[in-house]
Amino acid sequence: MGRLALPPKTLSTTGFFVLTAVLQPVIFASIAFFIFRTGHHGATLLYAALGAGLMGIWSSTLFGSGGAIQWQRWQGTLEVLVTAPVPFVLVVLPLTLATASIGLYSLVATLVWGRLLFGIPLHLAHPFLFALSIPATVVGLGLLGLLLASTFVLYRHANAMSNLLEYPVWLVTGLIVPVSLLPGWATPLSWLLAPTWGVEAIRHAALGGPVLPALGMTALLSVVYLVLGAAFLELFLRLARERATLSLT
Amino acid sequence: MAVIEALDLRRTYRTTTGVFRRRTLDVEAVRGITFAVEEGRLFGLLGPNGAGKTTTIKMLITLLVPTAGTARVLGLDVVRDAREVRKRIGYVFGGERGLYERLSALDNLRYFAELYGVPARRQKDRIAELLDLVGLSGREREKVEGYSRGMRQRLHIARGLLHDPPVVFLDEPTIGVDPVGARELRQTISSLVANGKTVLLTTHYMFEADALCDRIAVINRGAIVAEGTPADLKQLVVERTVVEIEAYGATEAAIERLRTLPEVSSVAVEEREHSQLVLVQSAQGQELSQELAGRLDGARVGRVTVREPTLEDAYVALVTES
Repeated sequence: MGRLALPPKTLSTTGFFVLTAVLQPVIFASIAFFIFRTGHHGATLLYAALGAGLMGIWSSTLFGSGGAIQWQRWQGTLEVLVTAPVPFVLVVLPLTLATASIGLYSLVATLVWGRLLFGIPLHLAHPFLFALSIPATVVGLGLLGLLLASTFVLYRHANAMSNLLEYPVWLVTGLIVPVSLLPGWATPLSWLLAPTWGVEAIRHAALGGPVLPALGMTALLSVVYLVLGAAFLELFLRLARERATLSLT
Repeated sequence: MAVIEALDLRRTYRTTTGVFRRRTLDVEAVRGITFAVEEGRLFGLLGPNGAGKTTTIKMLITLLVPTAGTARVLGLDVVRDAREVRKRIGYVFGGERGLYERLSALDNLRYFAELYGVPARRQKDRIAELLDLVGLSGREREKVEGYSRGMRQRLHIARGLLHDPPVVFLDEPTIGVDPVGARELRQTISSLVANGKTVLLTTHYMFEADALCDRIAVINRGAIVAEGTPADLKQLVVERTVVEIEAYGATEAAIERLRTLPEVSSVAVEEREHSQLVLVQSAQGQELSQELAGRLDGARVGRVTVREPTLEDAYVALVTES
């Protein structure tokens, strides 16, 4: 089944993508470190590092998952995928999970960069739960990507939304500053987004605090995204076949 | 038993124009098409660009929902039983798109083999068989972006056959391929039928349809204007003669004047580099040839020849007279 993630492999041969993917997390991390260093707390720096790492995972998921459909449409492969006899969700899910996993690099790069340049120690309060929270968060993000990707099947220009969704999600999910500092109306919105709970689980696992409730919420939201994503894909695919939006020709 | 059936199939596209004053426009791409393809036969849908061939094929392969009418493949409804239909069909679109450029041919085939449910233990052998069939063995580890058009087209065919479907749809498979490559592709297509597959082929090359198809339906402006064996279609113009007039600078008005002559059945113009070839079909070509040339006033007339009609002339007559 690993082969179902083959198309994202093509990204790794795109110079621009590699350059962005390699450099962006390091730049994010540096900015975050400089901002948070004024607080003079080692723990705050690790807090910032983990948030910056997840920012990269979200960017990779957002552009990778959302763009995957659009890019397939441009290449003319979307129609080939649609006529495959397997349910379409099984075609799209490996793509979005793979792009979320590619984002893992940004978390690793951020932590290594922080350790080497800023001397941030990586003392983990709950190493086992930390190791569990990371894949759970990546899966949650990949499934959120699936939900997004479903709209791209129907709307040919939905990729414009990708740019719009990058920064607000960083803010609302507490990757940059804690959710508690956001205006009240933003809080319920943040609860609906898996990265909010994912980053909380990862941060608590590293710095100390209750991990399991946040981990549970990440898993719960993942299941909700999967069910909704699969249903929307079927529905939007049917509509796309009626409206003839699967190809560009 | 009919393997592919289309019953009064229709498809309308809705488009919008304007930004502020949006107007919706309905374009009827397919207007009530009916045909059936028997098991093990190669059926050709022949028509000019924009005739509705691709729209018809897309409805049959479950990519488009028909606006009206029904279509069945192996007795399965293409809308209601779409997934079951997909398991049993392979399709190949002509052109450069539809492959992962930055992956090798082998990776492309491996990925699609997974999606098309080819059992893991069969994949390696099946891919090797198909690479052999389409003549790409030895080149499979190269990236597709370096492939020629003919090689891409052959890879498309291999992709469409991965799950060994009993029914294959080929949409203009030789478009843009050089003559030698196209001939090889036609041999591959013939071998599909020899191996018991039912094939529906669309093309706008008359000779291709003549060489490959058991039956042909000529489609124009979304409707079938004639159907039969290549011999049946030739019969439609057997009574006629074709006058070929080489002309330099014939105006549209002069051509139109030829069309209005009561003895003339159809007029087609082939643009050449410095001249035009005016093809006039008529029941009495021999006697008419001089008069026809004379009617092209304003244009310099070169060679005028009179010949027997071919299948291509039958096609031209069907498309221009419908």
